[in-house]
Amino acid sequence: MAISKQHDMHKRRFSRNLGLGVVLAGFVVLVFLLTVAKVTDDGFDMQSQQTQEGN
Amino acid sequence: MSDASLNNTTLNSAAQAQPYEAQFGDYFALLKPRVMTLVVFTAFVGLYAAPVATNPIIGFVAILFIAVGGGASGALNMWWDADIDRIMKRTQKRPIPSGKVTEGEAFAIGIALSGFAVVMLSLATNLLAGALLAFTIFFYVVIYSMWLKRWTPQNIVIGGAAGAFPPMIGWAAATGSISVESVLMFTLIFMWTPPHFWALALFMKGDYHEAGIPMLTVTHGRRATRVHIIVYTILLAILAVGTAFTGVGGPLYLSFAVVLNAMFVKGSIEIWRRDEAMAEADGYAVEKKFFKLSLLYLFAHFGAIAFEAALAPFGLGGW
Repeated sequence: MAISKQHDMHKRRFSRNLGLGVVLAGFVVLVFLLTVAKVTDDGFDMQSQQTQEGN
Repeated sequence: MSDASLNNTTLNSAAQAQPYEAQFGDYFALLKPRVMTLVVFTAFVGLYAAPVATNPIIGFVAILFIAVGGGASGALNMWWDADIDRIMKRTQKRPIPSGKVTEGEAFAIGIALSGFAVVMLSLATNLLAGALLAFTIFFYVVIYSMWLKRWTPQNIVIGGAAGAFPPMIGWAAATGSISVESVLMFTLIFMWTPPHFWALALFMKGDYHEAGIPMLTVTHGRRATRVHIIVYTILLAILAVGTAFTGVGGPLYLSFAVVLNAMFVKGSIEIWRRDEAMAEADGYAVEKKFFKLSLLYLFAHFGAIAFEAALAPFGLGGW
């Protein structure tokens, strides 16, 4: 017979793991969006154009 | 005895022998979520009212990490103040006094998140914003929590600076500089903090005394605290209305400021005119009302600054 009882300790542990997972996933998305925002920023475009013109 | 019941019995006794395992919400509570709302809102207004357009994603990231930094300083404050938090009724349910999180965990989370927030804010915006956030955390944890709070009745006055930095950091994140407007927003919160906390200290009777915190109510008495509230409120009102005539103000802000400051000064006069017998008789109703009004006061002032900034593209904001 399998253990079916879900102890409160397991619930708390799951909540912690889930919370940390969501935070880490959110951080990955955030860094991606930040990178896109920084790369497509006007200042960056101007810089890259200047570099191309220089070449 | 079946395997299942044996396992369940073993599980239960093992769980009882183990210390309480915190859930995610317990760790989140270390970050003082209610204080964080004020940090998020004022930082947003600082960033939004700045005369430089910010990429929405960069703006979002900036506010998020200002909030994380503020939360981290809250966790470090709870780590340092765990002994007095166990004594004061107001703080007994916090994660450390209630036994949900250990002091070591709070310290580790506070330090890790502080470094993380400062580095991320610096990378996402600029070094000035990151440096201001680092200084804010240092000020709140070292200057206020470790030094001033248990030493001087001016703890709230000087320590209030820590809570006043977020709009300045938001402004710096957008512009990369400090200006008169951002200093004014800082001063607004700085001057607002003492009457806000002293009203709380009046009706949280005995809490600070039992914990040995030299709040003004404990060191100079309740009469002196009432006098201090009215003096600071009048000075705050002059500053708050005066801000209407600066770059972040305008007619809308002025109308908000006049009404709210009239109400706030009226509230402080009522507090000043009362003695302890009167306050005891109605369960500190006036002091509690003033405290609630103080929350609305700050949110409304910063909300009005944000509205002025929102109207600017239509040629309506400001003077």
